[in-house]
Amino acid sequence: MSIRTIMLIMLIAGTVRAVQASQYVSLWPLPQKVKILDLSFKLTSFNIVDAKESSAGSSCSLLQDAYRRYYEYMFGIAKRQGPRKSRLTGPSELTELQVWITSPDSECDGYPSVTSDESYELSVDLPYAVLKAPKVWGALHGLETFSQLVYEDQYGAVSISDFPRFAHRGILLDSSRHFLPLKVILANLETMAMNKFNVFHWHIVDDQSFPYLSRTFPQLSQQGAYHPYTHVYTPADVKMVIEFGRLRGIRVVPEFDTPGHTQSWGKGQKDLLTPCYSGSKPSGSFGPVNPILNTTYDFMSQFFKEISTVFPDAYVHLGGDEVDFTCWKSNPDIQKFMDQQGYGQDYKKLESFYIQKLLDIVTTTHKGYMIWQEVFDNGVKLKPDTVVHVWIGGGANEEMGKVTAAGYTTILSAPWYLDYISYAQDWQKYYKVEPLDFDGTEEQKKLVIGGEACLWGEYVDATNLTPRLWPRASAVAERLWSAKDVTDINDAFNRLSVHRCRMVA
Amino acid sequence: SSRVSSSGSSSALSSLHTVEGVWPLPQSFTSSTERYPLNPKAFYFGYGRQSAAQQDCSVLDAAFKRYFSLIFPDYTSGSGDKPFTVEIRVDHADCDSYPNENSSERYNLSVSAGQASLNAETVWGALRGLETFSQLVYQDDFGTYFVNKTEIDDFPRFQFRGILLDTSRHYLPVQAILKTLDAMAYSKFNVFHWHIVDDPSFPYQSRTFPDLSSTGAFHPMTHIYTQSDVRRVISHARLWGIRVLPEFDSPGHTQSWGKGQSDLLTPCYRGSTPSGTFGPVNPVLPSTYQFMARLFKEVSSVFPDSYIHLGGDEVDFSCWKSNPDVRAFMQKMGFGGDFTKLEAFYMEKIVNITSALKKTSIVWQDVFDYHERRSSLSVVEVWRHGCYLCEVRRVVNAGLRVILASPWYLDQPGPTHNWARYYTVWPLAFKGTEEQKKLVIGGEVCMWGEYVDATNLTPRLWPRASAAAERLWSDEKQTSSVDEAFPRLQDFRCKLVRRGIRAEPLHVGHCKHEYQGV
Repeated sequence: MSIRTIMLIMLIAGTVRAVQASQYVSLWPLPQKVKILDLSFKLTSFNIVDAKESSAGSSCSLLQDAYRRYYEYMFGIAKRQGPRKSRLTGPSELTELQVWITSPDSECDGYPSVTSDESYELSVDLPYAVLKAPKVWGALHGLETFSQLVYEDQYGAVSISDFPRFAHRGILLDSSRHFLPLKVILANLETMAMNKFNVFHWHIVDDQSFPYLSRTFPQLSQQGAYHPYTHVYTPADVKMVIEFGRLRGIRVVPEFDTPGHTQSWGKGQKDLLTPCYSGSKPSGSFGPVNPILNTTYDFMSQFFKEISTVFPDAYVHLGGDEVDFTCWKSNPDIQKFMDQQGYGQDYKKLESFYIQKLLDIVTTTHKGYMIWQEVFDNGVKLKPDTVVHVWIGGGANEEMGKVTAAGYTTILSAPWYLDYISYAQDWQKYYKVEPLDFDGTEEQKKLVIGGEACLWGEYVDATNLTPRLWPRASAVAERLWSAKDVTDINDAFNRLSVHRCRMVA
Repeated sequence: SSRVSSSGSSSALSSLHTVEGVWPLPQSFTSSTERYPLNPKAFYFGYGRQSAAQQDCSVLDAAFKRYFSLIFPDYTSGSGDKPFTVEIRVDHADCDSYPNENSSERYNLSVSAGQASLNAETVWGALRGLETFSQLVYQDDFGTYFVNKTEIDDFPRFQFRGILLDTSRHYLPVQAILKTLDAMAYSKFNVFHWHIVDDPSFPYQSRTFPDLSSTGAFHPMTHIYTQSDVRRVISHARLWGIRVLPEFDSPGHTQSWGKGQSDLLTPCYRGSTPSGTFGPVNPVLPSTYQFMARLFKEVSSVFPDSYIHLGGDEVDFSCWKSNPDVRAFMQKMGFGGDFTKLEAFYMEKIVNITSALKKTSIVWQDVFDYHERRSSLSVVEVWRHGCYLCEVRRVVNAGLRVILASPWYLDQPGPTHNWARYYTVWPLAFKGTEEQKKLVIGGEVCMWGEYVDATNLTPRLWPRASAAAERLWSDEKQTSSVDEAFPRLQDFRCKLVRRGIRAEPLHVGHCKHEYQGV
């Protein structure tokens, strides 16, 4: 298997997208509309500038930062590759890329959201190239696309009009099973931006460790982190991740998963977890969050109040998956509570009782919430703008149908558990997934706002995260950005091979 | 999963401060809780008066420098001013030679108050002892270094303990190879099997035939190994006591050779006309053997090890079948329609070339399986899956030596909790005499390069390869429990991480010292 280098081929004017052999571009993800014309340019003393008419100017640090970053990508790489032989006729000089934010509110100092306009238009033509976008988020994507053209020596005349198919395109990282140092998280955000991902789902705590240093409850990480100094995220660390993401158009959505997956919380917060019983005596071990104590809800109130101020995104992920009922069942106080409430032996009702109260708490902090599918499956009353996260492998399609039929927005992860590895080119199976491939009406399908590739951390840490996640996650990136009919696997292989080398460089 | 991290229990950890913390497990040892503080400012390596190797022994002088940093990674000041000396005594001063297939790696290490005595027959044994000593040193929570009173008598169960890297499917930069050699030494691997060329690319820059790499490498400047690169690898390996075994695989796996050497490969035919594609090396032309003789003459002088790997695997006969000259040759030789005879004919000629150059040849099992005149073969590497011990038995029955690779194809990734399948391998669990079992000279971890390059080589190789390392070095009876091995391997993996080797995690948890170089 030899990786074919993408050759510059002279095309006769105006093919829309890669219906023919895609050798002419290695764009990833493939834009919605691409037109390439038969002219070539040379880039000399090149500059990226704000267009005169742009609503964003030199005070827009997000764009200025991006100009510098993309300049380095493009000309740093070009320097390393050495001189190239241009094959197209008559080079003319392209000296400038003008970036034009067309909407009066560029959103330059704001945070990206699920409703952000990420569209852009790029036209590379003499005497200068123009990148037009309503908001800065589109401009960031346009810069990435432009840098991909430059990589391929492809300064041919180009006209691109692009926007994402799905608005929520995420990566989940797990910093509880293994602590992930800041550098790795930031490097990953950088790579996400190269693939036009726009949500970092930070599964920050779980059973094994609690690295989040809470201002309100510092003992949570003091007692619950792998090490209270070397394996924690300080408020400054968290701020850095959020800002680094913002500058790349990436939302940072934290997940504080309860009532299960909370062993590490109990170390620093006594009485939070349910004491399990062995017969009539406590066994010494603990189970999920204790749903019958008022102190639980006082704690959650204060905790989520802090979270809502630390994390600016409009959403917070509340988890709610894989709750093991055995400990609750063993506890006599809980049994009594079940009787009082008339729940019988149906512990799903107790779980719903807890979640309901939690959701109400979070609502008062003015955040929307995302939850794993079990919460929906167990019949909890959800707010209309709840995002349901479908992850269970078997029956994901039916689940998508059910969730959207009930009117909830949903994101898909079930086919994209990248922590499962196998031999050879498994990126293809991630690429072949079609998120809307379930029985439902047009209206229902509109409720699917996107998906996430998940990299659970049982066997992943800084030593192997990057090669395990990339370039396989790039397959998911294109599936979530590009048009539904972009399914040619051979063409994808050609473009992805080059894109992968680009990421390595 | 809700398994709680297993790095919690301190009583389990304290045993890891003794010999249990050494990987691979030494053959015999006694350890005690009596411990001695070490002060990096008053720590010395020295040569015993009766040592045949003294100052100026290149291998050991370089090792002292390296091991000092490995033993004291923080270089924080120690406690007290009691000096501690590690005194080395070596029977044979083979400092300027290369390790070979008979080199003794036996050592005896005795740690007591104020000093450690390390005795070995050769400098290679001394290196193994230094590695063990470096793993015995630990720090308490305040950073003070300690070593416990210990007696170790150690030697490897198998003489050949190798790692195969494939630099043809993907080019591996020299740094990546050197880093791998370092990690190999930490697990006491002693052979680097360099599968240097194959179908996709020919990165070896030959003095005699420079066109091979200038047309056959992925890139003639950036993706080659110059003669000085090769020398660098060999000398770096030597200082770790690691042999470098080159493999120039033929007659199959040679597509990249044909670019720079026309007429080397067999032209395939479609009917009566050449199809334009090429197959394995052409066994009927005398020019083939003239070329091979010159190439192997160079390879023999560039690579000092007395072993050479000739490949011989997975030869596809369809191209030979299609070629009329080859068919005519088959008739002439009386091979009929049996192309295995042609392959055997070819391999025998190559083995003769390398024998004349005083090299011992290793071949993949395919060659043994096809060969009738097996006495011309020396060492067979068993790689096919299935009943590999059945094949081992057949080979030793024919009186030939075996290197076992089948259970250790680590290029197949798996969740790391499958490390145990590389550990629970019993290489001698077949019916045979003592003499026959001695013919199993060792084994090898194979990291084929189809999906591996410098971006993912290290986490894919380590720590899973270390499981194989213990199987090849240690006593089988003492190392048959996966449950006992797991905490030791977890601890060893953290040692690797601390030493800058990006060994991937075995399960949830953390290392005390991680991310210092990230």
